[in-house]
Amino acid sequence: MTDHVLTGTAAHVVGCDGCGLAHHALSDQHDMCCLRCGLPLHFRKPDSLNRTWALLIASYVLIIPANLLPVMKSSTLAGTEDDTIMGGVIYLWESGSEVLGAILFIASIVIPLSKLFALTYLLISVRRRSTWQPKTRTQIYRVLEAVGRWSMIDVYVASMLTALVQFGNLMSINVGAGAIAFGAVVVLTMIAAECFDPRLIWDAANQTQATTDSPKENHAV
Amino acid sequence: MVFNSLLVCEECDMLLREKPLDPGSMVICPRCGHVLHRYQPEGLQRSLVFSLTAAVLFVISNAFPIVGLTSQGLESSTSLLGMVDSLFHDDMPLVAILVFATTFLMPALVIGALIYMLLPLRLGFLAPNVAAIFRIMHLSKPWAMIEVFMLGLIITISKLNALATVLPEIALWSFVCLMFALTAAAANFDPRTFWDQVEKLQ
Ligand SMILES: [Zn+2]
Ligand SMILES: [Zn+2]
Repeated sequence: MTDHVLTGTAAHVVGCDGCGLAHHALSDQHDMCCLRCGLPLHFRKPDSLNRTWALLIASYVLIIPANLLPVMKSSTLAGTEDDTIMGGVIYLWESGSEVLGAILFIASIVIPLSKLFALTYLLISVRRRSTWQPKTRTQIYRVLEAVGRWSMIDVYVASMLTALVQFGNLMSINVGAGAIAFGAVVVLTMIAAECFDPRLIWDAANQTQATTDSPKENHAV
Repeated sequence: MVFNSLLVCEECDMLLREKPLDPGSMVICPRCGHVLHRYQPEGLQRSLVFSLTAAVLFVISNAFPIVGLTSQGLESSTSLLGMVDSLFHDDMPLVAILVFATTFLMPALVIGALIYMLLPLRLGFLAPNVAAIFRIMHLSKPWAMIEVFMLGLIITISKLNALATVLPEIALWSFVCLMFALTAAAANFDPRTFWDQVEKLQ
């Protein structure tokens, strides 16, 4: 990437994230709103790194009870049984639904964890002003933004079972406290991804490009 | 001051000049690959048709039970709102609110907002407060999770199959159709095309 790229910031042009209309603005001000659709305008999302870090740390804390506490409690005449997320995956796998078990495993374990790690990596790479493959890192961001919602599956499964299986002493299923923690992780990581600004990935690349370009210009003179 | 001929990439901040497009083509950011704009003159019309379909399916999906269960003389069934209600009774208000918001409230807002914006436009006039409704749709769209709920339903059914006889009911099938209609309605709505049309009317 050696070509010079004119950015909106350099040209004092800011685009609306909702409707796309380009406005002239000198710097980030708090009260700027899109003239067409009224959404707030900003060159970079406000306080992006701090907000993302805060939400991310809260998610790291909550993912522990989300996996240790039961998301579901089933009680029968024989006794009660607590099901964690992993327990639900193993149950599906052992009862012969390998495909569904694998889907649940990916949605409830793989996606939340890889989302946390990927966001952490992006935040650190921006803080360290990394210039490595900005396009790849933007793609990582796009993927983690798109897949986060699928983690909600387990919350829906526990809710649905709670509503359907209520046969008193004979058999009943109830949502466990783990579901609250798990739902909170999904919501917090979705907001964290929303707070992160992928343009920050490109800012570092831009600046380094500007400093490595200037000596060449001096030689030419 | 606004520039109608400029585009700014939302993901990498590259400044682009807008060129006239062929129908069906799209503007892809040369720097980061982000799709900025899909020019589909018929897109808004298609989006309206799918939104109206989704509205009908949404009513059906919530008026009837989704699945029923019979086992040794015991019977039960639940609708979407019945599920929210039983979560409230189960002292899980946070989970109830989360489920209600993502499967009922947000999808309803998206469908309602799309119809409110597109139907008057199709009839040749502009609904009042279209900007506020656009903002509502923009903010609620990421939180409408009907398709995730559907996959959760499939897993629920396969779990219950071991315990009892599961009877699919009307709302299950209408939820499947709702999922496709809502996805198609949202995918065919291009904000830039929409606002171009609005500005032509003003
Ligand atoms: Zn706007
Ligand atoms: Zn871009």
